[in-house]
Amino acid sequence: MTAATPTTPASPATPGGAPGPVGRPAAAWRAVLRAEARLFRREPLALFWIVLFPALLVTILGLVPAFRQPQAELGGRRVIDLYVPVAVLLALILSGLQAMPPVLAGYRERGILRRMSTTPVRPGALLAAQILLHGAAALGSAALSLTVGRLAFGVALPRQAPGYLLALLLAALAALGAGAGVAALSRTTKIASAAAGAVTFPMMFGAGVWIPVQAMPDLLRSIVSGTPFGAGAQALGQAAAGDWPSWSHLGVMALWAVVLTGTASRWFRWA
Amino acid sequence: MAIIEVNGLRKAYGGRPVVDGISFAVEEGEIFGLLGPNGAGKTTTVECVEGLRTPDAGSVRVAGLDPVADHRRVTGLLGAQLQESELQAALTVREALELYHGCYPRPADWRPLAERLGLTAHLDTRFGKLSGGRRQRLFIALALIGGPRVVVLDELTTGLDPRARRDTWELIEDVRDSGVTVLLVTHFMAEAQRLCDRVALLGAGRVVALDTPAGLIGRSAGATVISFVPSRPLDDRELAGLPGLTAVGQQDGRVVVTGTDETADATVSLLARHGITARHLRITDATLDDAFLDLTAREA
Repeated sequence: MTAATPTTPASPATPGGAPGPVGRPAAAWRAVLRAEARLFRREPLALFWIVLFPALLVTILGLVPAFRQPQAELGGRRVIDLYVPVAVLLALILSGLQAMPPVLAGYRERGILRRMSTTPVRPGALLAAQILLHGAAALGSAALSLTVGRLAFGVALPRQAPGYLLALLLAALAALGAGAGVAALSRTTKIASAAAGAVTFPMMFGAGVWIPVQAMPDLLRSIVSGTPFGAGAQALGQAAAGDWPSWSHLGVMALWAVVLTGTASRWFRWA
Repeated sequence: MAIIEVNGLRKAYGGRPVVDGISFAVEEGEIFGLLGPNGAGKTTTVECVEGLRTPDAGSVRVAGLDPVADHRRVTGLLGAQLQESELQAALTVREALELYHGCYPRPADWRPLAERLGLTAHLDTRFGKLSGGRRQRLFIALALIGGPRVVVLDELTTGLDPRARRDTWELIEDVRDSGVTVLLVTHFMAEAQRLCDRVALLGAGRVVALDTPAGLIGRSAGATVISFVPSRPLDDRELAGLPGLTAVGQQDGRVVVTGTDETADATVSLLARHGITARHLRITDATLDDAFLDLTAREA
């Protein structure tokens, strides 16, 4: 019986004004990450959208015969060659903006964050765990799209692999930062979904989901280059072609990632 | 040495004061109750103690620390059971215990705690599938899992059946006996009477009375009720002269006299003097319920 009763952690020699223990941030972060990873695996629908949908899109587009023919106006490339990078960006958008904000906003709405706020864990630990999990799923999805493109439709793998990986990571951080920012500023799940939707469409346009960025008119392309995914699409395109992505595109993404993640961690509150 | 000190606490929502100058101190190792009608400011007060809300004025100290400014240190030594909260629906009981166990610097072993709260058979049940009573027991376990020096329990036994309620009371007494200080918010008088060493009665954001449960009962008017069926009619005027009397009346053929212990003694001797037999004689002490109604009514 007495074994069940909690022990008093503070030593009796330090009464009253003695400061409490500051905690074990690393252990707490691991506990949060572990729990969130388990929960993440229990959401098959979210995992489908993030991991399988972009690869499915590549498959469907690749099955259209015309999309497998080289096009003169695309510089001799095929539509499918342009859509694999789009699917890669789509994975980041779906994960960062469609999947993550409702999870965090739901936690706030249902008092899950409030309960957690009575423990020494800081809000940043939960935010970081969510970013890590959704980031990992997005990158896994990107790898799947590249694999399907390569194996099924002969789409060349990125020739400048380190540059491609860097561009991909920066684009992922920008997408997750945008999602975290939306989650930080939205009080309810409804607001989060609406806000995420409003951000998603310009992002998808910028990524070239409707018109590949390379096929856009010059003026539109230069505007889109200032958005994280416009820059991302071009950086990934350059790296795929074997060049080191231009620093201006990488810089645009890095700036967005820093500003958005900073905004999110500044404004993310427990309740 | 007070482990919780609340001084001149004020908190208003939209200009309406909810807590209007509350002060009290909780000694280390006691069970201290906050009692009062809905809207008296109980939950807001404990939320300030937990650091969930920032006071408009006044000060709150837990082990000498400010719960807002020093949130991480305070949360390390204070366990909380909130009036309303949830966990992730797909998280099992075991995973929730492991998660919160990992959140604290010096946690207690969760297995005996789960056993004590009757959760062992439900460790693999997801939170979303738990009944209200089991959720409540899980939240009690989570309040204790950090090995706290202070636990704040808001509506401890809401949703529990009478058996689980009594088991929970025993657990809280054991927790107190192990040296942990308990701050308890309750509506439920029997709970306060059973558990609390001292009680602060709140009304409209103020402390109306602060005493032991027995002290509060003694302070209220109409502490003792004597009722009986007299063997022959009794002159009301005789009864009206009884010492300490607060009320006298008839109810279903019974004479009902309300007063103090002294009134009870005098009633018995009055009946003896007149040779009247009191049938179905009942003497009941007022409960904390009566004291609560009486003291909060006086304030209103």
